[in-house]
Amino acid sequence: MTYPENFRYTKEHEWVRVEGDTGTIGLTFHAQKELGDIVFVDLPKVGAKAEQGKPIGAVESVKAASDIYSPVSGEVIAVNETLATAPEKLNADPHGEAWLVKIRMSAPAETASLLSAADYEAYAGAE
Amino acid sequence: MAEPAAPLKKTPLNAAHRRLGARMVDFGGWDMPVQYSGMLEEHRAVRERVGIFDVSHMGELEIRGPEALELVNWVTCNDASKLGVGQAQYSALLYENGGFVDDLLVHKLAADHFFLCVNAANQDKDHQHIAANNRFDARVENAGERYAQLAVQGPHALETLQKLTRVALKSIRSYHFMDDVVSGATARIARTGYTGEDGFEVYVAPAAAERLWEEILAAGAEFGIKPCGLGARNTLRLEAALALYGNDIDAGTTPWEAGLGWIVKLEKGDFLGRAALLKQKQHGVPRRLTGFEMTGRGIGRDGYEVWVDGDRGGRVTSGGPSPTLNKNIGLCYLPSGLAQTGRTIHIMVRGAPISAVTVPTPFVNRRKMRST
Repeated sequence: MTYPENFRYTKEHEWVRVEGDTGTIGLTFHAQKELGDIVFVDLPKVGAKAEQGKPIGAVESVKAASDIYSPVSGEVIAVNETLATAPEKLNADPHGEAWLVKIRMSAPAETASLLSAADYEAYAGAE
Repeated sequence: MAEPAAPLKKTPLNAAHRRLGARMVDFGGWDMPVQYSGMLEEHRAVRERVGIFDVSHMGELEIRGPEALELVNWVTCNDASKLGVGQAQYSALLYENGGFVDDLLVHKLAADHFFLCVNAANQDKDHQHIAANNRFDARVENAGERYAQLAVQGPHALETLQKLTRVALKSIRSYHFMDDVVSGATARIARTGYTGEDGFEVYVAPAAAERLWEEILAAGAEFGIKPCGLGARNTLRLEAALALYGNDIDAGTTPWEAGLGWIVKLEKGDFLGRAALLKQKQHGVPRRLTGFEMTGRGIGRDGYEVWVDGDRGGRVTSGGPSPTLNKNIGLCYLPSGLAQTGRTIHIMVRGAPISAVTVPTPFVNRRKMRST
């Protein structure tokens, strides 16, 4: 699997794609593979506050529930509603169609603490 | 300093699982496949076609001797005297206080010989418990290392296994077994299972397990057989509301509470736990294992708190998605007065109360499912 170069990654297996002051958040390919069949996604409402490193929702597979940690701080401005009825899209296209939320970032400099694609790939591969 | 972990025990099929790309997990000290292709796909294979499980981690105990029946009937709560040779019975080992040591299958091999299939993690405990309560002319042997066990389950299980044996499998009725030969190996073929589907559990010597596994996979290919892991085994048994030791039943629960009164035969004479069960029956059973289905958005999972009428009502003992129903289901203990079906309860999911309704079990009924 190749991880997009223009994303930044967390050690908890989320990604963020930055455009202007908006960060689009998702789950990595590695995360969905480890979870297995995803059956439920619990996402915040538009307007919710996000804090870097803190849970903003949860994703559940057949076997287990896992928190989703926000890679950036700010305010949720959009939620991918299609995942409520089609959570399996997270298995099919975790880096594209199955993005989770968009956040208006309050501290864009935070992304400097996140992993590059190459560093994340090495980290996930070693896990 | 932490104690060094004991090496995981392996079944004779460990290498076969790894070749199939299974994800392996530590299950009670055993290195076991939790999934191969995916839990949903494996679950559906068993409900719609056929699946094969390596359940060689399960424990086996053998009881032999002139008073084998007396020993079995003293340590278990069901009535083994009702068994004919070639018949199996779901039963339980109970403590003096009526709590579960384990649940198990009792097979009658001969008037003086019984074969017990017990939970993997409980095997040594069960053996010690039976030995400690053996005041009969009978011997109990821990025989787990002499058996591998494969479960072939699903609507095409019979046709799959039939290709590998001369025994007319349809002549083996549910909860019966036959000792014969399967794919060239001496085998005990039992029409039992833990999925809510028709199927067989086949006991063979460990040395014969890998060949049997490969031959069953080949025989089932035309039906779309899937190797299935412990993940699918759990979702299947939960839909069928079959109890899991350590979750739904344990040393602190009685058969009355667990809805397993049908395996308690008070009239058979005295047995371990009988006095406590009689007393609980007379004084009232305080809580009952109850099925629920989520009505709000959320999945009530093992250990989550249950609230009824604004009070803590208990905990979820087993909970998760039902692939067959496409709903989220579970089991929990509720105070007996609140355990009727149709009651709204709340499960605490990540700190928020999510609504659920109590429902009858099993959640999935094989006959009902076939007609839909």
